[in-house]
This record gives sequence, C-alpha cells and structure tokens, in this order.
Amino acid sequence: MAMTMHVDVVSAEEQIYSGTAEFVAVPGELGELGILPRHAPLLTKIKPGALRIKVANTNDEEVLVYVSGGILEVQPHVVTVLADTAIRGQDLDEAKALDAKRKAEEALSNRSGSMDYAKAQAELAEAIAQLAAIQKLRKRGH
Amino acid sequence: MAGGKEIRNKIKSVQNTRKITRAMEMVAASKMRKAQARMKAARPYGEKIRNVSAHLAQALQDYAHPFLTKRATVKRVGLIVVTTDKGLCGGLNTNVLRTCLNKMKAWQQAGVEVDITAIGNKGFGFMQRAGANVVSHVTQLGDTPHLDRLIGPVKLMLDAYLAGKIDELHIVYTRFINTMKQEPVSEQLLPVPADRMKPVSAHPFEYLYEPSAQAVIDDLLIRYIEALVYQAVAENIASEQSARMVAMKAASDNAGTVIDELKLVYNKTRQAAITKELSEIVAGAAAV
Repeated sequence: MAMTMHVDVVSAEEQIYSGTAEFVAVPGELGELGILPRHAPLLTKIKPGALRIKVANTNDEEVLVYVSGGILEVQPHVVTVLADTAIRGQDLDEAKALDAKRKAEEALSNRSGSMDYAKAQAELAEAIAQLAAIQKLRKRGH
Repeated sequence: MAGGKEIRNKIKSVQNTRKITRAMEMVAASKMRKAQARMKAARPYGEKIRNVSAHLAQALQDYAHPFLTKRATVKRVGLIVVTTDKGLCGGLNTNVLRTCLNKMKAWQQAGVEVDITAIGNKGFGFMQRAGANVVSHVTQLGDTPHLDRLIGPVKLMLDAYLAGKIDELHIVYTRFINTMKQEPVSEQLLPVPADRMKPVSAHPFEYLYEPSAQAVIDDLLIRYIEALVYQAVAENIASEQSARMVAMKAASDNAGTVIDELKLVYNKTRQAAITKELSEIVAGAAAV
C-alpha cells in the first residue's frame, strides 16, 4: 500500500476538503509544488489556482479544488491549506480599508439617512419610557 | 353594552400582534439552524490557523513579530464592537454595549483613549450617540456574512496597530453557548495573548519558508486575526437568531395571557349587561 497523508483544505467560511491522499499539487507563490507523504515541513503562500489532490486507496481518483490564494502548511503526514475566500492583494486590501474609513467619516460628517433613523428610534424609546413613568406616577396619585 | 366592542377590538389587535411575533419566532428558528451550521463551519479554519501560528511562534523564537510582542505602555486601544443590524432580539445588544461601556470607562480612568470599529448597525448608532471615536464601520452584513466585507475595517485597525497609533486591539461580541444562553465576551486580539499561542504538539518543526519567513508570518497572522473576527461575527449572528427566537416566543406567550385576561373581562361585562337587561325587563313587567 502506498504511503498516505492527511489533507485538510479549510477557508474561514467553511471546510472545503478533508481526507487522506497520496499526492497533492499546489500552486505555490514561487511555482507549482508537488507534495508526497514525508515532505519536509514547509510553509508557503499560494497563488490563486487549482489544488490537485490524488485521493488515497482509489484508482488514481483526483479531486480538484479551486482556491483564490492562501497559505499552505506541510508537515510530514499532514497537509493543511488555509484557503482565502476572497481574492487578496495589497492594493485590493488597501482599497477596502480606505473605503471603510471613508464610510465612517461620511457617516460622521453627514448625520442623515439611517443614522437619523437610529437616533429617532432611540429618542422614541426614551419618550416611551418617560410616558410609562408618568402613567405609573399618575396611577399612584389616584 | 358599553365597552364590549372596545374590548373586542383590543382582543383582535393583540391577536394580530401574536400572529406577527409567532411568524418572527418561526423565521428566527429556521435562520438559527443555518447560522449555527455556519458558525460551526468556520471553526476548523480558526483551529488550523491557530495551530499553524502556534507552531510558527515556537519555531521562530528569535523573530519577534509586532503582533506577538507586548508593548510597555498602552496609550490608545482599538475596540471592535460586534452587534446586530436589527432589533427585537431581547437584551443581546444591550448586554454587549454595556460590556463595551464598562471597558471604555475603565480605560478612560486609566487615561487610555479608545478607537472604535463598529460591526452592525446597533453598535454603530450607539457609539455615535455616545460620542465615541468611530474610525470605521460595516453594517448590513446579512445572514451570510462574508469575510470580504470585514477585510477593510480589520485592516484599518491592524495598520493602526503596526503604525503604533493603537497599542492593543480588543473585540467585544456575543458568544453563542446554546439556544437559551448567549453571553457578551471581550477578548484581546492584539498583541496575541501568549496562552493562545501554545503549540499542540511538543516537538517543534523546522519549517522551510517560501518566499521568506517574514512574508509568510505576516500573512498568516493577519489571516489569523481576520479569522477570529469572522468567527465572532458568525457567533454573533447565531446568537442574534436564537435570542430573537426566544424573545419572540416570550412575546407570543405574553400575548396569549393578555388575550385570556381580556376575554375574561369581556365575558364579565357581557354577563353584567345581560343581567341588567333581564332585571329591567322583569321590573318593567312587574310594573304593568
């Protein structure tokens, strides 16, 4: 029987693949990596692309998993792929951060729309509480 | 029969309210199941990335990443507040925000300033009203949160941490314990607490790194923090749905009691009116 290793492919949102395999091909950042059992411990970033997993104890059955980047950890008998759910990149992340910042600033400077709604809601709750208190006091007075 | 019609109208209105709360209860129950599944689906990633980071921290004692080193003085902290977008879910948001306020008060007394990132409408509105310094926010994540939406706000905080603008990063969210029980928790994200970085296996691995150790670690730790935030958001949604289900069940039950009481009053007034009418007829007949 051929040697096998355990392969886990997980993303932040779900577990994508888990099982034993004889061989895994991964699109590493510095080139395609072929991993067999007892590979040296390795940590690398991976590029968007397809993982090819040769499932153990089958007739060369292969599973293809598409990942949009992530990190690969190899231990002698365990291969873990931490897949990204989103396409990542320095510029893209930067753009997202800027966008989040802009939104917060906008909301701060322009207190209309949904903000006013939230404020009105809070004021309404306060008014209702006051009314209830007044009613209670009145009841006690009678 | 004065009052009879009014009471009937009131019964009708309470019945309508009960219909709505019942429907909301059922919707929340079905959403809760999905939210719980999603929360569980996110766990393997969190565990795996924690294990990898822990191995790494052990293998690389000499390279002190800023995320792992504690700073001597804390002047400013970042706080990520996870709340829901919608209300009608019992005391869920109130509890989270109370925990936040307590923390913020403690920091204020220690002379530490706070930057807020708000996830969810309720926390955002509250923090704005409270006059806190909200640096970024995300709302309308929906029932299926995507990490995509969280990257921006989290990166802002991480960048601020790396640039030395904030010295600690905390998160406050509602942890899902079971359907009946959720509790607000506050955790420190940065610097990563040492007890979280305990490796699972005793013997360290000597890794090969591609392209370089530093690049891999940087990426890994950023993803680790993001995974923690995502997990918090997923737990918060599961908590929201179950809290809403419980709250709406209580509301439906209360509506039932109110209806019963109103019915009793209604029947009493009806009976009184009939008795009165009868005695009037009898009195009238006797007079003739």
